[in-house]
Amino acid sequence: MNDGAWNTPVSPGDDSRRAAAPNGSGARPHDGTALVAEALRSRREQLAQRWADATPFRAVYVAGRDAAVGAAHRLVDALAEVAGSGHCADPSAPGFERVRPQLAEMLAERGAAGATAAQLGAEVAELRHALLALVRDHASHEGGDAGDAVVAAMELVGTLRLVAMETVLDRDAGIIARQRQEILDTATPVLRLWDGVLAVPLIGTLDSARSQVMTEALLEGIVEQRAEVAILDITGVPMVDTVVAQHLMRTATAVRLMGATCVLSGIRPQIAQTIAALGIDLGGIRTRSTLADALAWALRHIGAPAGG
Amino acid sequence: MGGAPGAPTVLPIRSDGDLIRVRRAAREAAVRAGMSLAEQTRMITASSELARNALVHGGGGRVEISDVTRPGRRGVRMVFLDEGPGIPDVARALTDGFSTGTGLGLGLGGARRLVEEFRVDSRPGRGTTVTIVSWSRSPT
Repeated sequence: MNDGAWNTPVSPGDDSRRAAAPNGSGARPHDGTALVAEALRSRREQLAQRWADATPFRAVYVAGRDAAVGAAHRLVDALAEVAGSGHCADPSAPGFERVRPQLAEMLAERGAAGATAAQLGAEVAELRHALLALVRDHASHEGGDAGDAVVAAMELVGTLRLVAMETVLDRDAGIIARQRQEILDTATPVLRLWDGVLAVPLIGTLDSARSQVMTEALLEGIVEQRAEVAILDITGVPMVDTVVAQHLMRTATAVRLMGATCVLSGIRPQIAQTIAALGIDLGGIRTRSTLADALAWALRHIGAPAGG
Repeated sequence: MGGAPGAPTVLPIRSDGDLIRVRRAAREAAVRAGMSLAEQTRMITASSELARNALVHGGGGRVEISDVTRPGRRGVRMVFLDEGPGIPDVARALTDGFSTGTGLGLGLGGARRLVEEFRVDSRPGRGTTVTIVSWSRSPT
């Protein structure tokens, strides 16, 4: 008997634009999800005001209550859209997509303030309590099944938590990828030892990713500095197996193709032994035992004045 | 005597990150056995080759690392197991320059020259087990 009512926007204003309910034919009874959508729309202002006073909004939007209310409005609208579409359990529902940036910002803010996962859980519970009270109240006024509505609202909040967790994981994955790149970049500095002489002091395990970053940085350096000699110093490389050797040989080949000469230095006795035992032929690469020897050779090679 | 090690340390070989952990564990075991820097480096390099073989050719597997002893000496045993396609012709795979991939073809034969004891058990379709043992020169 209320079919007409829950399709009709109760409150005026911008809420009327998102009034589309899953069905308007009356074929479906007044189910819990529809009741939640309706409650969120018709009592939008009431819920936003309550949420603005709850910790997640109050603690984040410290500039003023208006900002907190505004942010709360956006979340209420998003949840109304999700419930209206009938996809309360779907974290990829379009309604959630629109508030992801805001959720990420709020969580980052709370995280920076030192809130633990347990605290964040309690804070989300504040929002849930306010929503459930509102939904229950609305259902009793409209004559719907409050039990169904509460279950639907719980499901909606559960999915919201999942969406919030996803934004945190996305952010962390982004941070890890960025830090990894930063480590790669800083771990392979290209040093200018002399006019026309570059050196890369390699430290740690030379895997494919590092080898690629190192080669790119070195080749760029050769072009920029018009270098004639590039020294790869492996004093800090703990082990040279066939794959590491292959990386070194490829880098040397690329350097040669750029018209420069590659010198491998810092080959410690135990590394020389294993390279020989493995049967790796570094014959194509000029080698020197120390970086100092390599630099001395490079200076002679480019015809720099002998200095003391 | 004659070995009788405790329970071996078992590490998975499923990713490039696992290779780093295998090398670290090999180094720790080599240090425990009192190996010199040169001996440690040979053991670590051999473990790196064999772990990568298990990952690349065997589709992943695991390694069992044990401290072993014999009168007056300590050593390390590493057993690399995978359940990949196996090696049809072990003798040929040990030949330098033989490669099924894009590598140098020196891994298996090279690893054999880096350790004192080396055994390959492989049957097509049944996977591959490579066992290596190295002993420290310094007396216990």
